[in-house]
Amino acid sequence: MKPFAYVRATTLEEAADAYAAHPGSRYLAGGTNLVDLMKLGIEAPGALIDISRLPMEEIGELPGGGLRVGANVRNSDLAADPRVRERYPLLSQALLSGASGQLRNVATTGGNLLQRTRCGYFQDLSKPCNKREPGSGCGAREGIHRDHAVLGHSEQCIATQPSDMAVALAALDAEVELYGGGGTTRTVAVTEFHRLPGDHPEQDTVIRPGEIITAVVLPAAAPGAVSLYRKARERTSYAFALASVAVLLDLDDGRVRRVALAFGGLAHRPWRATTAEARLTGAAPQPDTVRAAVEAELAQARPLRDNAYKVPLARNLACQAIAALAHSAGPVP
Amino acid sequence: MSPTSTTLDTTTSVLGAPVPRREGREKVTGAARYAAEQHLPRRAHAWPVPATVARGRVTAVDTAAALALPGVLGVLTPYDAPRLGPSDDPTLQLLQDLRVPHRGWYVALAIADTLEQARAAADAVRVTYEAEPHDVTLREGHPGLYTPEQANGGYPAHREQGDPDAAFAAAPVRVDVVYSVPPLHNHAMEPHAATADWDAGSGHLTVYDSCQGTTVVRSVLAGLFELPEDRITVLSEHVGGGFGSKGTPRPHVVLAVMATRHCGRPVTLALPRQHMAAVVGHRAPTLHHVRLGARPDGTLTSLTHEVTTHTSQIREFVEQAAVPARVMYAAPDNRTTHRVTALDVPTPSWMRAPGETPGMYALESAMDELADALGMDPVELRVRNDAATEPDSGRPFSSRHLVECLRDGARRFGWPGRRPPRHEGPLLIGAGVAAATYPVYIAPAGARAHARPDGSYLVEVNATDIGTGARTVLSQIAADALGVPLDSVSVAIGNSSLPAGPVAGGSTGTASWGWAVHDACSALTDRLAGHHGPLPAAGLSASADTTQSAKQKSPYARHAFGAHFAEVQADTVTGEVRVRRLLGVFAAGHILNPRTARSQLVGGMVMGLGMALTEHSALDPAFGDFAERDLAAYHVPANADVPAIEAHWIDEHDKHLNPMGSKGIGEIGIVGTAAAIGNAVCQATGRRFRELPLTPDRVLAALEGEPTTAAGAAG
Repeated sequence: MKPFAYVRATTLEEAADAYAAHPGSRYLAGGTNLVDLMKLGIEAPGALIDISRLPMEEIGELPGGGLRVGANVRNSDLAADPRVRERYPLLSQALLSGASGQLRNVATTGGNLLQRTRCGYFQDLSKPCNKREPGSGCGAREGIHRDHAVLGHSEQCIATQPSDMAVALAALDAEVELYGGGGTTRTVAVTEFHRLPGDHPEQDTVIRPGEIITAVVLPAAAPGAVSLYRKARERTSYAFALASVAVLLDLDDGRVRRVALAFGGLAHRPWRATTAEARLTGAAPQPDTVRAAVEAELAQARPLRDNAYKVPLARNLACQAIAALAHSAGPVP
Repeated sequence: MSPTSTTLDTTTSVLGAPVPRREGREKVTGAARYAAEQHLPRRAHAWPVPATVARGRVTAVDTAAALALPGVLGVLTPYDAPRLGPSDDPTLQLLQDLRVPHRGWYVALAIADTLEQARAAADAVRVTYEAEPHDVTLREGHPGLYTPEQANGGYPAHREQGDPDAAFAAAPVRVDVVYSVPPLHNHAMEPHAATADWDAGSGHLTVYDSCQGTTVVRSVLAGLFELPEDRITVLSEHVGGGFGSKGTPRPHVVLAVMATRHCGRPVTLALPRQHMAAVVGHRAPTLHHVRLGARPDGTLTSLTHEVTTHTSQIREFVEQAAVPARVMYAAPDNRTTHRVTALDVPTPSWMRAPGETPGMYALESAMDELADALGMDPVELRVRNDAATEPDSGRPFSSRHLVECLRDGARRFGWPGRRPPRHEGPLLIGAGVAAATYPVYIAPAGARAHARPDGSYLVEVNATDIGTGARTVLSQIAADALGVPLDSVSVAIGNSSLPAGPVAGGSTGTASWGWAVHDACSALTDRLAGHHGPLPAAGLSASADTTQSAKQKSPYARHAFGAHFAEVQADTVTGEVRVRRLLGVFAAGHILNPRTARSQLVGGMVMGLGMALTEHSALDPAFGDFAERDLAAYHVPANADVPAIEAHWIDEHDKHLNPMGSKGIGEIGIVGTAAAIGNAVCQATGRRFRELPLTPDRVLAALEGEPTTAAGAAG
């Protein structure tokens, strides 16, 4: 039994100081993933610094119509917030498609972004995993990898990021606010927050040791823009995405003024489909045009032995979501 | 009806009344105590250490670091664990030698004051191995395949009548198909757990075990630990499901007893979910080669069902998946056979309706393919081939109402016949049907009935209520036989000191225990009738033992039958298949309690839904273990997957069963469900899927290709 210290922080400064004072600390918020990982022996922190009582539970209005979501806002509260449902329906849909009601009641906005891959090799101490133990190898590459990445993976790691919420946030161009101790803060785009594995799969994100997520900032929704989150999975609830798609579409007289398209379940981070977006911008979203644009994006995919299905699955999800949004936004010329 | 209004008018039979389960309130309020929740004074905890190679030998176990940890009471290893006595089940010979027959096999056991300390100690044990190359992949043509003598249940592995090959070759209409069912796991909600308490002073062993029958657990522990049975008490007041995986003692209870004997304190061992895939059994994968030959009118002329499966290196278990084909349809020339190969895999075992579940998936899918080939309504095809006598034995059926189940189900469901499938946007919608069957088994049991002077009754029988409602139904059987109000009868079960009863398995429980209860209560009624005046202070008792009657071979073939109807939608965008409606009609003798019976039947159907769509365990060829080791990865259906499910029945009056006229209902609900769903998916999509489960990857790949059947192509 590995003893660990438990520190309840009342201010951000206290939390950052405690982190610095205890080697191998982890911040604790909802604990829905961290505590599981501790039980499995994958995380063995020297100290848990409880930040769940820090005053980061507000969803505040920003000038210009955006929202600032405190890092401790529970997933269920964020999904149910009338402003979120009204302005960012894809975010509410993404949250509600994740986990279970019980987990969403506890899991926080900041914690959701930091949840770790559910790769079975990462979760099993008796098997090699470069993410858990750099240099030990990747068990999944030759093992069971039906759920693993098709985009942006490396020789070192083929894991996927499991968050639904993060995919919606990536499409929304949301930003993550970080507190770094000593009063320093910085802001990182959600699309840049999670990393591709490369040679350092042990680093899921660009967060620096000791930094605390304080909020997620949602930019103002464009008037008339429509959005959708759609997730494919093996059972109707309580399953991670085989593939998912978040789409934000703004049409101008039947042509795409702006589109944001992000995929989940395909990569080590939410996959913002910039190639497809560039092809679609200014175009009329006819089925053939959309399909060609999405296929251009997915041409980068490098499926593994047993997960090639994810490419047509992601393509279909994106095409159907864009078609549905285009239909709801008005006639296409 | 309010939950408390359980007093029933005894002028109408209490048997057949929808009595609420007796322990329901205890369970929903958390008052019911399970095996790991026995908080005995000075209780310690044990945590086992699984092997991390798939095949090989232990060459050293270093326990020094573990023993140095706080609270650790001991670490048992193959080098120093106590030697066990004999048992029929080699999977219980734990820590007895250095061989590792599969990944996850236990190679050490840590014991400590607290659960966390035990777990930390287990993690600190360093085991070194001499690993050998392993093989965990079942395939046709595997060089290790052989035909065993028997399959599970004692059935002959091979049966043949006439010349099925010649009859098949001559048949005007033929179906020659191969199906595959993956390994599956029982994953009951309550993990396997035991609290064992060895009292060295009195020399008595008390064990609280999560099991399906304490009589057999006591008997096996007596052999392993070389104790007389009267010095062992095994208790299982409440059990959170088993589905066959607790039908015989499993490693947890043996290790818990080893631990309490080692440290002289009560010890709880509750298996973590992550260990369960490897050590408590699984449904073995099965490959099915089915060939059906028929005349143009649908009459079967040839039927062969050849099953290929795996077992472990330490015990032969053969999933009897070709056996239901010996019961279902009359085909004069037939062959049913099993081949098995021993791989470096965990030992397979019973999972709800072993044999029937995968076997009927294959047979009933093939019947659907035959209906397609014939251009015939699959309901009519089954009616056409209904058997007057049991095809394999020639014995008459004690009752067989398959046709009635099909007809009644078709009516209730609104069976569309061979009408084309529908579309709703990107969704393809279709319907499917399949038949179900499950044998009537009966096992000897004893029971004691006791009348008290205050007018109350106590009935004792070592039944186990694994969540089925056994306690409730047995009280109904007793009240009925005694002719007294239900409230006056209490029932004691789940204790090996009670008159011996068989396991809650093979859908035998109610019939076997109930028969003994019925006989004991009838005998008590006779005694009471002959007694005049007030009862003595000690009351009056009567006992029964059904060994003679239960072992008498019936001249009848006795089986329950049923029919499933499913409506599904397949999403052409994602390949996601969801069930919209599921309806089953069963002919399973006299239904003794509609409330608990419906729960059992619907539960079986949900488990069949999981088998069809979401549940799969994959053996990792590289590491040799099952990839799905928790309930986030092994997808049992969630509430949102379970649509309006209806279970109905035809109340059979079969005099050739037992005094209650009942057949087992615990398993038939799962039999055939997956075929009905698969057949519906075929009808919806025009694609025939022959490998379970129907996950989006498989379905989408097929939908992106060309239709494979003529039937669905019309849509």
